[in-house]
Amino acid sequence: MSMIFGVPIAVLYGQLLIGIINGAFYALLSLGLAVIFGLLKIINFAHGAMYMLGAMATVILFDTLGVNYWVALFLAPVLVGIVGVLVEYFLLRRIAGQDHIYSLLLTFGVALIMQGILTNIYGVSGLRYSMPDVFKGGVNLGFMFLPFYRAWVIVAALLVCFGTWFMIEKTKLGAYLRAGTEDSQLMQGFGINVPLLVSLTYGFGVMLAAFAGVLAAPIYSVTPVMGSHILIVVFAVVVIGGLGSIGGAIITGILMGVVEGLTKTFYPPASSAVIFLVMVVVLMIRPSGLFGKEA
Amino acid sequence: MSQTDIQSDIQASILRQQKTENRRKLILNGVLLVLLLLAPFVLYPVFLMKILCFALFAVAFNLLFGFTGLLSFGHAAFLATGGYTTGYLLSNFSGLTTEMGIIAGTLVATLLGLGFALLSIRRQGIYFAMVTLALAQLVFFFFVQAPFTGGEDGMHGVPRGELFGLINLEDNLNMYYFVLAVFLGCYLLVQRIVSSPYGHVLKAIKQNESRAVSLGYKVDRYKILAFVISAALAGLAGSMKSVVFQLASLNDAHWHMSGEVILMTLIGGMGTLLGPVLGATLVVNIEYQLGQGPLRDWVDPILGGIFVLTVLAFRSGIVGEVQKFVRKNMG
Repeated sequence: MSMIFGVPIAVLYGQLLIGIINGAFYALLSLGLAVIFGLLKIINFAHGAMYMLGAMATVILFDTLGVNYWVALFLAPVLVGIVGVLVEYFLLRRIAGQDHIYSLLLTFGVALIMQGILTNIYGVSGLRYSMPDVFKGGVNLGFMFLPFYRAWVIVAALLVCFGTWFMIEKTKLGAYLRAGTEDSQLMQGFGINVPLLVSLTYGFGVMLAAFAGVLAAPIYSVTPVMGSHILIVVFAVVVIGGLGSIGGAIITGILMGVVEGLTKTFYPPASSAVIFLVMVVVLMIRPSGLFGKEA
Repeated sequence: MSQTDIQSDIQASILRQQKTENRRKLILNGVLLVLLLLAPFVLYPVFLMKILCFALFAVAFNLLFGFTGLLSFGHAAFLATGGYTTGYLLSNFSGLTTEMGIIAGTLVATLLGLGFALLSIRRQGIYFAMVTLALAQLVFFFFVQAPFTGGEDGMHGVPRGELFGLINLEDNLNMYYFVLAVFLGCYLLVQRIVSSPYGHVLKAIKQNESRAVSLGYKVDRYKILAFVISAALAGLAGSMKSVVFQLASLNDAHWHMSGEVILMTLIGGMGTLLGPVLGATLVVNIEYQLGQGPLRDWVDPILGGIFVLTVLAFRSGIVGEVQKFVRKNMG
């Protein structure tokens, strides 16, 4: 078997694949954060909890109502999106005029509540979700074995990322969104219902997180605390990439997944810390982030 | 009356007001001091020490958040670093007296704070919160993997030892008065800091950073110093906590702890001196009382609910609301 720096090449490709998949999740989550940040100017600390809700909903819908994976792929994000709209309408809106730090703390409280309640009901040990039959097995590419489901995760995540980018950059609705990012007061003056747009934006942002949650359900262990760790990693990703651009969020997410995968291959003990270390380096040499405009 | 008369009149009334306010504060502080001195005869000293340690932690955090306007989401790192360092030194070097272990723990936390500050100061606002959170997570990973921390089990059996090699701290009362003395010293230090010219610059930065910059202040230096002092005091709180409980655990390093200290400060009243102390007392009590009762498993969601309510309904916290009330109704 061929080796690279003492590592079998198949292992390297395997870790690279896992890295790209993790990166796809980072990309989806930081994309949602960036969308929400654009219009609301807040960091959604409940983003991890929404991701977790998406995954939990997939499992619970299957266990109780027998809802299959494909339906869940649409239903779970919609349900979580509704939760998001409610959170925005009843909570965030009330403090919209205050310092953004308060909205951040509010979403942190919301995350604690969601995570705490679900932990009490389902425990922290994790729920099992069996993979849909279509995705069992995989294909041998010659240099490595590619499980079908992992290929699907990458394709689905990339499609959604691209779709979101297209919607924001190329459509009328996206133009409203970008205009709101620049100056929401002026836009309101033009007769556009900004409060509605804000609600929907928050809802859409958390839908992306929930979609990532559904994708994660068959491959990661589904627990009420699954969101909190990945959220902190995604924060580091966001600091590295900057929240300024949609494309930047996607690219940085996937890149960091790959970096993590490579570290796991060549120096495993550092793999959980490497993204944070990259963040430290970026802060030292390019404080505004790779794609960031503002400080 | 001529204009100068009116002016001197106004000045006199302002002076009078300040005097009554000062007297009120003095009386309040005196009463609190007596209560603190007598408390261990009525309540369980270890529980009181827990409150004092967390109160110091919250006071430290408030110096940064309440007075400088910087929201650190990573203060657990300093608490844990202080605790682990002191715990490690006291467990492994029997020649060290307790206060030397505590000083060493505080120093290491201070250095870590300097590192955090130099990095995180490069970003502002919510980015600042994310950077500190991520850095604290890095520290958490370090403590999970480092051989000396005992990993998930924590570091047990830290000896309390003897203060200055003379006073036996195994005795709970001695320990209590030592913790109280350190706490009061730090509280007075923070009081001194925020009322000093330096403290006023911090407040100016909080109110309007660009104005402070245009007035010629090197804002970053002020912020870094505030961060380092805050980290040092948080580390001191952690060091003392590990001596009191003879234990240092991963809980102290978890992001959950960083969130808890924010809650303590917010609920008591950020930007006030007494607020964080009150907030810490409240949160520690809520956790303890809930932990005893049927709601044992609901501590987290309840704290989250309090968080949400505080942010929505009374952002100035208990002390802040009382101050508003006093100003409005008692002139």
